[in-house]
Amino acid sequence: MESIEFVLNGKPVSIRRHPSARLLDVLREDFGLKGTKEGCGEGECGACAVLIDHRIVNSCCYPLAYARGKRITTIEGFAGTPRYEAIARAMGEEGGVQCGICTPGMIIAAESLLDENPKPSEEEIRVGLSGNLCRCTGYNMIVKAIRRAAKEGEGLW
Amino acid sequence: MVEHIVPATLAEALEAIADGKKEVIAGGTDLMVQRRKGAGRLPDFPDGLVYLFDLDELKYVRKTADALHIGAMTPLEELLKHPHVPNLLKTIIAEMASPALRRVATIAGNIANASPAGDSLIYLYLIDANVKLISASGERSLPIHEIITGPKTTCLTKQEIIVEITIPIHRFTHERFKKIGPRRSDAISKASFAAAAFIEEDIIRDFRVAFGAVSATVVRCKDIEETLKGTRVDALKEASRSIIERYASHIRPIDDQRSNKVYRKTVSTNLLADFIATL
Ligand SMILES: Cc1cc2nc3c(=O)[nH]c(=O)nc-3n(C[C@H](O)[C@H](O)[C@H](O)COP(=O)(O)OP(=O)(O)OC[C@H]3O[C@@H](n4cnc5c(N)ncnc54)[C@H](O)[C@@H]3O)c2cc1C
Ligand code: FES
Ligand code: FES
Repeated sequence: MESIEFVLNGKPVSIRRHPSARLLDVLREDFGLKGTKEGCGEGECGACAVLIDHRIVNSCCYPLAYARGKRITTIEGFAGTPRYEAIARAMGEEGGVQCGICTPGMIIAAESLLDENPKPSEEEIRVGLSGNLCRCTGYNMIVKAIRRAAKEGEGLW
Repeated sequence: MVEHIVPATLAEALEAIADGKKEVIAGGTDLMVQRRKGAGRLPDFPDGLVYLFDLDELKYVRKTADALHIGAMTPLEELLKHPHVPNLLKTIIAEMASPALRRVATIAGNIANASPAGDSLIYLYLIDANVKLISASGERSLPIHEIITGPKTTCLTKQEIIVEITIPIHRFTHERFKKIGPRRSDAISKASFAAAAFIEEDIIRDFRVAFGAVSATVVRCKDIEETLKGTRVDALKEASRSIIERYASHIRPIDDQRSNKVYRKTVSTNLLADFIATL
């Protein structure tokens, strides 16, 4: 089996794994990055979202073959950055986190959105989050949190 | 041994599928889900797989005088942002899946999957798109309705791949797309409707209607459309009822877990009535 090389959370990595392996399993099992969650396993919930070349992708439907040469960032790699801090703080303040299962995916979705569009409207935020399910909060708090992050973190994106 | 090949070029991909055995995968948003085996297990591809999504030579949008040419591996999200992509197609893509899935999902995958609920298909039927197929031994270009041969079936051989979708450029004064689904995103259509018209000095010059998810394939009735061209707008509106009756016999939805027959048919004909009323 050929090895597949990519950049994971800023560091070059190389892995020998079957090309059809779900990126989700590779991240969790081979790299121990458990912040990326499996919710539905069928593309519907966004719990498995990661950034690939800085845009949100669901890792449960992404074969490892396509990781070659990409920059992949999981919640662990994004954590600690000023952007992460701004989103996480706003999520806390607006009550956007309850059980927390959806939170890593929501933060990834927020980063992908804000990186592309630093001043999103409420509608644009709802579209940006439309692939992420949350069973606890009812979304309004998360939408508010992202508005707040965009405002208070102005200049970061 | 089951072969999995990640080709660097289209030529390598064609060579890899020339044995007529392997499957191909584009973004994988249909295939990875359909073949999943659960956490920690490889999805099921018993005949081998050729990975097409990263072929950069199939990622492009080119405009010529009379058509838009879309490379088969262009992600939907890129089409959504591309200045040359017609607004009606953008409206449809915006309602497909979710932003994360659209980063990798392709029109080629939507076509080859051939689901009667595939949302790009209704558009491709409406505007008479062509699909270009290539194999190691040649190429052919076919209209979308010849590509799709039934629910979940196409005319593609296992040696062929879709390389380009050609969208003829039309002039419309009126356009409409409506998808009836359970949730804003990630929704598989229960019924969908697309229509376009070109009206000049109160005369219908072009009139097209397509219905999705109400029959084995997308329904478009060119014979009905032809009879309506050249009529005045007010005459068309007066004839609305009989036009709908003529369409009704072509709308034969099936019952499934998503929606029932009567609902689908009623919604579909109401959408047509509404389109005619607002011309
Ligand atoms: C949660 C979820 C929501 C969805 N929502 C929608 C929706 O709203 N509307 C909708 O229409 N669809 C929806 N889909 C289905 C799917 O995202 C689309 O059909 C998408 O366009 C498939 O493209 P892909 O590149 O991912 O295809 P893949 O999964 O890679 O491939 C699909 C099929 O096409 C074949 N194929 C791919 N490329 C080629 C090629 N170049 N030549 C020949 N054969 C090829 C493959 O062999 C396979 O059989 C959804 C899917 C999920 C998981
Ligand atoms: S686990 Fe990937 S979308 Fe739900
Ligand atoms: S906080 Fe529990 S699912 Fe979102």
